[in-house]
Amino acid sequence: MTAPLLEVRHLRVEFPTRRGTLVALDDVSFDIAPGEILGVVGESGAGKSLTGASIIGLLDPPGRVAGGEIRFDGQRIDNLPYEAMRKIRGRHIGAIFQDPLTSLNPLYTVGRQLIETIQAHLPVSDAEARQRAIRLLQETGIPAAEARIEQYPHQFSGGMRQRVVIALALAGEPRLIVADEPTTALDVSIQAQIISLLKRLCRDHGAAVMLVTHDMGVIAETCDRVAVMYAGRVVEIGPVGDVIHVPAHPYTVGLMGSIPAMDEDRERLLQIDGSMPRLTAIPRGCAFNPRCPRVFDRCRVERPDLLDAGATRAACWLHAQPAREAA
Amino acid sequence: MSEADALVEVQGLAKTFDVSAPWLNRVVERRPRQFVHAVDGVSFAIRRGKTLALVGESGCGKSTVARLLVGLYRPSEGRVSFDGIDTAEGFRSSEARTLRKRMQMIFQDPYASLNPRWKVADIVGEPLKEHGLLTGSAGDRKSELKARVAELLQSVGLAAADVEKFPHQFSGGQRQRISIARALATHPEFLVCDEPTSALDVSVQAQVLNIMKDLQRSRGLTYLFISHNLAVVRHVADQVGVMYLGRLVELADKAELFSRPRHPYTRMLLDAIPDMHMSGRSRTPVQGEVPNPLNPPSGCSFHPRCPHANERCKIERPAQKMFGGALIACHAVEEGRI
Repeated sequence: MTAPLLEVRHLRVEFPTRRGTLVALDDVSFDIAPGEILGVVGESGAGKSLTGASIIGLLDPPGRVAGGEIRFDGQRIDNLPYEAMRKIRGRHIGAIFQDPLTSLNPLYTVGRQLIETIQAHLPVSDAEARQRAIRLLQETGIPAAEARIEQYPHQFSGGMRQRVVIALALAGEPRLIVADEPTTALDVSIQAQIISLLKRLCRDHGAAVMLVTHDMGVIAETCDRVAVMYAGRVVEIGPVGDVIHVPAHPYTVGLMGSIPAMDEDRERLLQIDGSMPRLTAIPRGCAFNPRCPRVFDRCRVERPDLLDAGATRAACWLHAQPAREAA
Repeated sequence: MSEADALVEVQGLAKTFDVSAPWLNRVVERRPRQFVHAVDGVSFAIRRGKTLALVGESGCGKSTVARLLVGLYRPSEGRVSFDGIDTAEGFRSSEARTLRKRMQMIFQDPYASLNPRWKVADIVGEPLKEHGLLTGSAGDRKSELKARVAELLQSVGLAAADVEKFPHQFSGGQRQRISIARALATHPEFLVCDEPTSALDVSVQAQVLNIMKDLQRSRGLTYLFISHNLAVVRHVADQVGVMYLGRLVELADKAELFSRPRHPYTRMLLDAIPDMHMSGRSRTPVQGEVPNPLNPPSGCSFHPRCPHANERCKIERPAQKMFGGALIACHAVEEGRI
């Protein structure tokens, strides 16, 4: 196996508040290999976006990385000073956010934003930067790119704007792109276009992707591996087909069962009762234990780490080896 | 399409919004008045105790249809009849209150549709008071109200003790249940649900959809269910209508529509759904985007994106016709080209 492009080890993100410290991410570990697409899925508040924000160094204060480390290409990046991180962000790690309108500056033409980004990261002349910008827009499937480069973001539709955002993310030729819900604000027909575009471009440019989304369908057709998050922790991680078809963690089982499927008829959807705990009241032991249909004593007192569970790794005591239990 | 057991019948419904620039700008800049045809000649019927789902992308007019049905907008053309009563007249007559009681609406955003300064008891109790549904004498009203609200909350899976709480103390899914409890307070026969689960996480969406299905069974409710999510629609609906730029392009029974989609737009939508069980499958990406409704294409409004469009589609607007159990507006289907 090649050396991972991104290594996240025991990442812990805290938000100090007046009423005490909230632990938003707790002991999150995963790798992304070069060119790999890792999906990060979970419900609102599970910590998926925070994980992405920590990697690109854009945690909103007072949030801070309180423990663990993030390595990009072997170099530690979580403790870099702001200016050093700025050089990496955009150049080596690109970012795509959910709302294509707020990620573009409404006062600058699309071309100016692209050219500025290209020149910030690559030593190229004005003319060459412009050529690159046009080529990027063409690659993202924007018709009449030479003309549209002079236009402002409001002259683009939602889907077209998201294409511009993807072009911006690719401008510095990064090796990793953190895409946070890139299709959530778009209609289904546009969503399909954007996903296949993202997939194709990242393959062509050899960029790895961390795709944060709550849409399992998008994950299923895009990703190589998927990490399922719950209450600030990764509860299951593995190849996408295994996580979807033979999930090992009871939460993943419930999550998959609660999605209405297109190819089968069910009178009722599987439902997980209750809701995800607030950060102020994360239960002792396994955070999922109050909602878990297969809970037993150990779950209520001891917190499970990721354990081998067939093809995937799941943080669940059901998968503890008998030998370990005896120990 | 008139059916004996139809609770709601909609005939040629249209709604036009005036989006003209202010008068002075029009005069100075010589601009004409401008109109958006948000809903443009939509007809359907919903059978008692069944669910009709309307699907389509943003801006196709599905929410406008919902609002027209419950009387939040007045139709520009066409008529809506509810249990034989023309609602345009009904909402203005002395029977308006009775009519409103029989139909209720659930909105998309459970954060915006509940008054943050009211307790749950007031939110759910308001329709009971407003419609005079409390039977007891003045002295007993308070305890009766409390009992009724508690009962309503329990029917959607909340606790009776929740009446003392404010909306901010609930999660999104719980808030949507409060909306449902409020809608159920008047014992309506017809519920218009405008994207009721779009703002919710999947596991919470499953809870809300299950509750809605249970309530339909136990109370014999009729639903108009608006959604952009075809998988959700497939789960809840009996009949499905597909809308595009204010028009109904296909209307069919659920099984028919999902097994044999005929209209090119329906096929496109079905193709665009990411499918969980087909990992690695690449979708055929759909070309183009929804055109600007201010300036819709001539003829069939889908023709610029349609792979089967010909000259006729560019000029002539297709009428809705029956094709083997489905109502379809498409020249290509009519001519047997697809």
